[in-house]
Amino acid sequence: MTTRFDKLGVVIAAIVAYAAFAAPFATLRANRIVPGEARSILEALPPTLGPLLLAVVVVAAVVALLKTPLILRLAASVVALAALALLIGVAGGFLTPEGNSFARISPASGFWLLIFAFTLLLADGLTRLNLSPSARIAVLVVTAAAIGMLLVSGSWNSLSILKEYANRADSFWAEGSKHVTLALGSLAAAVIAGLPLGILCHRVEKLRAGVLNVLNIIQTIPSIALFGLLIAPLGWVATHVPGAASLGVRGIGTAPAFVALFLYSLLPVVANTVVGLAGVPRAANDAARGMGMTERQRLFSVEFPLAFPVILTGIRIVLVQNIGLATIAALIGGGGFGVFVFQGVGQTAMDLVLLGAVPTVALAFAAAIILDAVIEMTSTRRREAQPA
Amino acid sequence: MKEAGVKAWLPSLLRLALVVLLIAFVTNPGWFEPLLKPLTESNAPAIYNQGSLLTLTLLHLRTVLIATVAATIVAVALAILVTRPAGVEFLPLSRSLVNIGQTFPPVAVLALAVPAVGFGEKPTLIALFLYGLLPIFENALTGLTTLPANVVEAARGAGMTGWQRLVKVELPLSAPIILGGIRLSVVISLATATIGSTVAARTLGEVIIAGLLSNNLAFVLQGGLIVAALAVLIYDGLSTIERYTARRMGQETA
Repeated sequence: MTTRFDKLGVVIAAIVAYAAFAAPFATLRANRIVPGEARSILEALPPTLGPLLLAVVVVAAVVALLKTPLILRLAASVVALAALALLIGVAGGFLTPEGNSFARISPASGFWLLIFAFTLLLADGLTRLNLSPSARIAVLVVTAAAIGMLLVSGSWNSLSILKEYANRADSFWAEGSKHVTLALGSLAAAVIAGLPLGILCHRVEKLRAGVLNVLNIIQTIPSIALFGLLIAPLGWVATHVPGAASLGVRGIGTAPAFVALFLYSLLPVVANTVVGLAGVPRAANDAARGMGMTERQRLFSVEFPLAFPVILTGIRIVLVQNIGLATIAALIGGGGFGVFVFQGVGQTAMDLVLLGAVPTVALAFAAAIILDAVIEMTSTRRREAQPA
Repeated sequence: MKEAGVKAWLPSLLRLALVVLLIAFVTNPGWFEPLLKPLTESNAPAIYNQGSLLTLTLLHLRTVLIATVAATIVAVALAILVTRPAGVEFLPLSRSLVNIGQTFPPVAVLALAVPAVGFGEKPTLIALFLYGLLPIFENALTGLTTLPANVVEAARGAGMTGWQRLVKVELPLSAPIILGGIRLSVVISLATATIGSTVAARTLGEVIIAGLLSNNLAFVLQGGLIVAALAVLIYDGLSTIERYTARRMGQETA
């Protein structure tokens, strides 16, 4: 009998049982900073919907618990997640007292645990499906579209995090675009500078250890210190180099954040370029030389394409890391989603923290999935073109 | 010959000099005041004066140590679990979870842990623990899944039980790779712990943040340099241990 249970299902069912029956589903607070009162699923939802949600999560948990077909497990997790996403919005409207604009409703631990449990089930199902790279991107796009539709439809508007958003809608998008510009811009700069540097390190062995050591040491400097240390030199440049200030070079703000992210990004780009080029099979190089290719042709049409997946892995590391690190730019006035995180910490307003943290995590997550898919596509194409 | 001798000793000498310099700086920061003074403006103090640098350094190291030990125990235990026949069902999922986990920025983890555990050292420990978990788990998994098949077969052939194989063959053989993960995790934690001071943990980040807030570059520099020096030394020390265990396991040094 015990063999009939799915092992992961046991874990999921246990989390669901605790989250649905013992943990609070939503928190009701009189205003945005006071401690809240917990509400269970039955208390947080209208009398018909509460039992319905309980039924949905229990059935989904049973599907997870037993050894059921993969497609059923995927369906159960999607239905449960959709029900949770829709009904937390309903709970927001239901719990808010009539005409009270100070009260805040936010999802509580039970809700997050249920989301976690069913995401686990979904992730397990998707992993077992072994989706192709383009299918993974499609799943990502569909998920993003569904979340976007929920946001636009306003069904979550009664939740606390969106009330924080409503108060700051303009600055949210401004900081968001700053965040993306910082992360992508510093990545682009690092690729432009790092690729030639990596090629140089590959060709000139004497340089290699030295350059990589310096870049390694830069990585050990804590981000907040590096951001801070760049304030002085950039401030000096801004006042002493004519034209620099008009280009946006300042001691504080975006410029030091950009330079710091650029410096952190160099190591993965340079190191992976070196590793990628070193991994180019000698036979390929010899063949190219035999065909009479020049150094330059060899670099661009043989070495570089073969090393590309490894270099792309470096770029993936940099992008995910930069999206996270860009939150710290807020400490030196560089903007980005970190502004909300640090404001929220300062005011002990957790919804404000979430307003900064959730988009950051979502961006990093999406970037990781997209780049992983691209890496897989380029490396399989390489393998097909080059049967071993 | 003589030149080769100097070259071989140079790294060790540099390391020793860095250790001496670091200890001198945290115990007697006053000696270095003239060096840092030019970085301050309008007569601000050049040496952090709201707490002893030595205490902060030790607290910083303690936080990183606790988090890393906890992360190592949990990560290695998990990696062992998912590579046993009983837990093999969890292997693909655990891989994707590790990938997902790495996308969480430390600042977000830190800030989100505050409502659950309050300000101070605890949220920092949680963030460092979660962050430290990933590199160790990933390396332990690589180590345990890429063992030479003939060695494992030989151990089985010699009549070893599953437990004996794990303790006497698999873990020792993957020790160098696991240590590599721990090294990575410690270096990340040393730097990340400074961010803990944004939620009032007592680490060297306090010095850096005080410098950022009062526009005092000397503070930022001394906090940053102490952390960087610690990271370089610990990275170096762990690499040495790693090479030593790899040699003992008869593997080539990478």
